[in-house]
Amino acid sequence: MTPLTGEPAALQSRLNFRSSINMRNLAILVLLSFQCAAQNQPAPDVGEKLFLAHCAVCHGPKGDGGKGTNLAQHRLPRAPDDEALARIITFGIPGTEMPLTRMTPQQLASVIAYVRSFGRMPSESLTGDAQRGGELYRDKANCAQCHAIHGRGGTLGPELTGVGVRRSPRYLRESLTDPDAAIPDSFSSYKKITLIPDNFLQVRVVTADGRRFTGARVNEDTFSIQVRDAAGRIQSFFKEDLRELHKDWGKSPMPSYRDVLSRTELEDVVAYLVSLRGEP
Amino acid sequence: VSVRAVAALFSLPLVAQVSSERIRNSEREPGNWLTYSGNYQGYRYSPLVQINTLNVARLKPVWMYQINDLNQFETTPLAVDGVLYISEPPSNATALDARTGRPLWAYRRTMPPDVRVCCGQVNRGLAIFGDTLFLGTVDAHLVALDSRTGHVRWDIVVADYKTGYSITVAPIVVKENVIVGISGGEYGIRGFLDAYAAETGKRNWRFWTVPGPGEPGHETWAGESWKTGSAPTWVTGSYDAELNLLYWGTGNPGPNYNGEPREGDNLYANSLLAINPDTGELKWHFQFTPHDVHDWDANHVPVLVDATVGGKPRKVVAVANRNSFYYLLDRATGEFLLGKPYAQQTWAKGLDDRGRPVLVPGKSPSLEGTMVYPGLHGGTNWFSPSYSPQTDLFYVAAREEATSFYLGLPEYHVGNFFTAGGFRGIPGLEPSGAVRALELEAGKKVWEFPLHSPPWTGLLSTAGGLVFGGTNEGHFFALDAKTGRLLWRFSTGGPLQANPISFLCDGRQFVATTAGHTLFVFGE
Repeated sequence: MTPLTGEPAALQSRLNFRSSINMRNLAILVLLSFQCAAQNQPAPDVGEKLFLAHCAVCHGPKGDGGKGTNLAQHRLPRAPDDEALARIITFGIPGTEMPLTRMTPQQLASVIAYVRSFGRMPSESLTGDAQRGGELYRDKANCAQCHAIHGRGGTLGPELTGVGVRRSPRYLRESLTDPDAAIPDSFSSYKKITLIPDNFLQVRVVTADGRRFTGARVNEDTFSIQVRDAAGRIQSFFKEDLRELHKDWGKSPMPSYRDVLSRTELEDVVAYLVSLRGEP
Repeated sequence: VSVRAVAALFSLPLVAQVSSERIRNSEREPGNWLTYSGNYQGYRYSPLVQINTLNVARLKPVWMYQINDLNQFETTPLAVDGVLYISEPPSNATALDARTGRPLWAYRRTMPPDVRVCCGQVNRGLAIFGDTLFLGTVDAHLVALDSRTGHVRWDIVVADYKTGYSITVAPIVVKENVIVGISGGEYGIRGFLDAYAAETGKRNWRFWTVPGPGEPGHETWAGESWKTGSAPTWVTGSYDAELNLLYWGTGNPGPNYNGEPREGDNLYANSLLAINPDTGELKWHFQFTPHDVHDWDANHVPVLVDATVGGKPRKVVAVANRNSFYYLLDRATGEFLLGKPYAQQTWAKGLDDRGRPVLVPGKSPSLEGTMVYPGLHGGTNWFSPSYSPQTDLFYVAAREEATSFYLGLPEYHVGNFFTAGGFRGIPGLEPSGAVRALELEAGKKVWEFPLHSPPWTGLLSTAGGLVFGGTNEGHFFALDAKTGRLLWRFSTGGPLQANPISFLCDGRQFVATTAGHTLFVFGE
């Protein structure tokens, strides 16, 4: 079945995105269609396909977060019920990178059902102690050398202020033990022109006079590249002055903590990271 | 005031009469830039030699002009006897003193709040004839302005903007006809190309790019799908005065990504049309991408060259198409001569002996997304290629970028977006670009200059042995036209999304381009 052509005409006509009608009326229209569609059986395989096409680039193929929020939660803060979720999918979230996506009511219902299935997975019970994890974060693991919370800390790695909302415990655990397995994807939401790349690409350069630098790419153009080294210093190079420039796609600048932290300590750090919900 | 000074004043009229003959013989006045591509043949080539491979390293900005609008600034200026005529977004025009950059007049148009444009309220330039300038507008009017003052001579409705039509293209004047194309391929318009009398604004002909019932090609559209068939004409064409043929590209069929409602080849979408400019009659057509489902408009400047192909002299037209193939056609007959990829592509096994693509199965948009090279924005796009008669090379700003195409609902409502699908980037796959030099006759790559990201700006070649180009990161640069070696660069601070030109003022050569929201003029 192709859901695009298999729709009853009556349902199709309800999804009417006229730019001139006001947003509130439009919202009511769409939600009416959604409620109506919800009486149909949402198709789980369609929901999965649509999720992989539209949502997974930011929310992760398993819905456990990425650039976008972790959807594998019992309660999604912005989408407590299905109508709210329908509204977010249909209109996006203004002021964020969450775009609007136009779908048929049945497609919408299928995606919503699929998203909700993440939250129904047996939730992981966290065994770690968040307070102890915080101490490990600051001392033994020295995470703050590269990561910042509320603007305090290092600059080499991603900001972690709201990481507990964005990432699942499974993802965080994997990032700590196998950082290369979970490099934040870049170029996922299409950009016509990129002002600043939003990935953490590790680069290694050798200058013409033999000096070597390794760090995370901050920016790049045809003629130059800017790299942040482990000490947080920006190193800027014209490419014509470099003997070598390596881009380590698939390699994270972050070391593995598999052998640094014990199993218990690892769970403590995960618990701490999960507690970082963005509130100051 | 001496008699001689007065005589000099009259012998150098400040506002020139630009005849079609002057445009046809543009190589006789290399100091001016009289039409969108510099000449009727679509070369974007300047015969000026003052700025050349030996001294280009000393090039620096001479003046800049900033606009007061946040839409992209994509104009190609016209340079006519010491005055630059530019369009500004959304649909404005300004005359600038080429010596200083000071405005001489400004035409400012109030735009209705509900205009329909897919991709920004932009304008790509003006046409001139006599002392009249022609400006297409985002609300789908064509406006004639007094080039001395900017006052309106006439203002006519080309199409109803509320149904999705708009104009962003720079018109061209052929004999006494103003030829203007239309945008709206994302709104299910029915595309056309129009000709208006330069003097009065009276429409002399209209060629519908989607044939109606009873017309040849109508059978390539299932059912009623022709009514929303799109095939817009939003990039300026070229003209061969000897054959008296106008060459114009057409864009995607509507809806863009879901071909189901429009079974068939969908003529004349994604095609090059050869049209009699006096009558609007179609002489021949060549369709690059039959039944397109990837939005690969054939809206490009066709390049007209008298070449030797297979040992025989041929009047050819060269096109680097958005579908990532470079094509050479006989421009008298439309015969397919050659087609070769100039950028990465994964959708066609090749072209058959008539130039029709042999498709790789499974590359159509799908519910789960289908990754294809080139992506939606193509191996190149609307910005101009350049041809240098000096090197006999065809220069193209190429894009290496895949996207994932997905299907949507083909539901049409008048004046609404009608794309039935969309696209996403590919995680972890960083796009790039290059300036490539191709042998005109063989399409073979001679050199390339790699770019960090897929470009959005066109190229200018010059008799000084140079190719000028630009980057999204704000660089304007000059390459050796023979080798591709970088000779000069300047960081403008804003993305380049236009086409450069060159002109003389006070006997000195300048190169101009927009970048960000500024027009830059460079000189030695």
